[in-house]
Amino acid sequence: MSRLEKIGNWFEQRLQLGEVIRESVAHPVPRKSASWWYVFGSAALTIFILQVFTGIMLALIYVPSAGEAWNSLQYLNHDVTLGWFLRSVHGWGSNFMVAVVLIHMCQVFLFGAYKFPRELTWIVGVFLLLMTLGMAFTGQVLRFDQDAYWGIGIGAAITGRVPVLGPYLVRMLLGGPIIAGDTLSRFFALHVFVIPGLLIGFVSLHLLMVLKLGINEWPMPGRIIRRSTYLKEYAELTHKNGVPFMPAAIWKDMFFSAAIIVSVMLCAAFFGPFGPSGIPDPTIVQTVPKPDFFFLWLYALLALLPPEMETPFLLIAPVIVIGFLILLPFMSGEGEKSWKRRPVAVLTLLLIAVALGTFTRLATYSPWSPVMNGWSGDPVPVSMLNGRSPLERQGALVFQVKQCRNCHSIGGSGGKRGPALDKVATKLTRDQLVRQVIQGGGNMPAYGKNLTPPEVTALVSFLETLRPGGQPPARDASQALITQEEQSPPAANSR
Amino acid sequence: MSQEPVTAKEADDKAEISRRDVFAKIGLLLNGLAVVVLATPVIGYLLSPILRGDRGQYKRWVSLGELDEFPEGQTRLAKFQNPISNSWDGDTDHIPCWVRRIQGEQFQVFAINCAHLGCPVRWFAQSGLFMCPCHGGVYYQDGSRASGPPPRGLFQYEYKVENGHLLIEAGQLPTLSTTASLKKRENGCQG
Repeated sequence: MSRLEKIGNWFEQRLQLGEVIRESVAHPVPRKSASWWYVFGSAALTIFILQVFTGIMLALIYVPSAGEAWNSLQYLNHDVTLGWFLRSVHGWGSNFMVAVVLIHMCQVFLFGAYKFPRELTWIVGVFLLLMTLGMAFTGQVLRFDQDAYWGIGIGAAITGRVPVLGPYLVRMLLGGPIIAGDTLSRFFALHVFVIPGLLIGFVSLHLLMVLKLGINEWPMPGRIIRRSTYLKEYAELTHKNGVPFMPAAIWKDMFFSAAIIVSVMLCAAFFGPFGPSGIPDPTIVQTVPKPDFFFLWLYALLALLPPEMETPFLLIAPVIVIGFLILLPFMSGEGEKSWKRRPVAVLTLLLIAVALGTFTRLATYSPWSPVMNGWSGDPVPVSMLNGRSPLERQGALVFQVKQCRNCHSIGGSGGKRGPALDKVATKLTRDQLVRQVIQGGGNMPAYGKNLTPPEVTALVSFLETLRPGGQPPARDASQALITQEEQSPPAANSR
Repeated sequence: MSQEPVTAKEADDKAEISRRDVFAKIGLLLNGLAVVVLATPVIGYLLSPILRGDRGQYKRWVSLGELDEFPEGQTRLAKFQNPISNSWDGDTDHIPCWVRRIQGEQFQVFAINCAHLGCPVRWFAQSGLFMCPCHGGVYYQDGSRASGPPPRGLFQYEYKVENGHLLIEAGQLPTLSTTASLKKRENGCQG
């Protein structure tokens, strides 16, 4: 017996873990489940370990104080050797973790893996998703910059909409009446102690159940899952036609995990760390706060929902969504697993994916927000001023100075909040333009009080010239009818 | 099923309660008691943001400066130090607000936070509008809602003029269920 074996035996005699480990790594899995489709769970775990490791590294330097956090991040970025890289890996790791967890969830859903007897594995997984998102949000707060400050403000504003309990919950969220030192401290406690602790516990449960219940078999169309027969069928599948997890399946997990870690590091090295952006000083109001990537869809949704639907949506939708996810295995715990026989499931998933993707895309250029420097940026294009009368040019000046361009683009530059005005004269008559400017409406503020009559006249004269390529101006059909009536009486009368 | 009556009967036969059982139960009870005794202060501690009085409430009136700093008919950004602050608050205890002096000692002091989701609104003097960069909320110069998603007008601070200074009652993040002013709390949390 070699010395190494002796040492090994000494430990084994005391720990007695050998059997457990051997059982775990050699447990049989269905032959077809040793697939590239089954690598996302282990990849999520790998990234989580990476996050714990890099998180501890960052905690060596980071100061969880509202007064010092931002400075300590700058110090990490610029002074600590490779501090920027560790921050970068942690930040990119966070994005990858959310992405991989979401992909894992989609795969599990499509493969029907949440059905009997793996209901609880799925439910624990739902909580793991929520905790992952919780880590992403609290992590964004720890990067204590302008976006973090206003991000907490948005969180508080949403919390404040809860009926009756609103004011109390806002105080619990902020740790006091206003965003201050106590706020960052409690987000630090959540991000570093509370949620990771829960995550470790829930991940262990999740893994334990995967080992005890066995990995989901490859779904075959027509193979119906029944509570009465499934366990026997699965045992047959794994023992008669199974392969040991190690090495039949694990090598794919290891390949993929390694690829993910390398991808995180490459992104970290090429794109660098996230922020911090400006100092978290609320008196710097020249800021356009935006959430991190995985919350952009929510940012878009909050701009696009009809205002009266917002509070009900914010308070009820999460309950419905989480409730649905938890109840899913009870609603369809049996039956077909294959996505080929579950068209509603596939379509639902596609719909959600397309919706979230669309909202995220929209949020990257947020067409609903006024462009704050639209009016002081590009001048009115020269082609729109050529050969215009002094009054019309004065109108172009009014257009620019009164910040119309913050919401309306002309010549391809300006806000997208309102319609582009390059062709407005082909759509609205002079009277309609005057009414729209003075009274507003259709989500436009009324400018009646802020424009003098001469300014309105000039502005509308300018807007009336906006019909490119000699297109005919808008006509008031009713007006035309009245003039027609006056000139020639209707045919009916003459009969 | 058929075995159940038998086991129940067996249990009945051995129905004497042993000393150990009693002690185990008392032990459990003692631990339960200890948990309650420990949990009470812990819960109290956790609820501190709600339960504690806002110390230094007498300081909640803060000066925004002399009246001369706010010309009549104009709206200006003013900054003040949060009346209740700690040394580790850093920059977060500098709070901005928009001051509109209508005329004389008639003011409107608006919180910076959009009534929609709390983003900082910006004043555009030329068009007389407040615009929010987040979701496109717009307000008129008197703080009333002009367009966009906000469900109400801008939040306002209570103000008073004393010794030629403009004072506001500040100290709280305004949301749809809380005010910008940290009011003295007479009956529970006024929010």
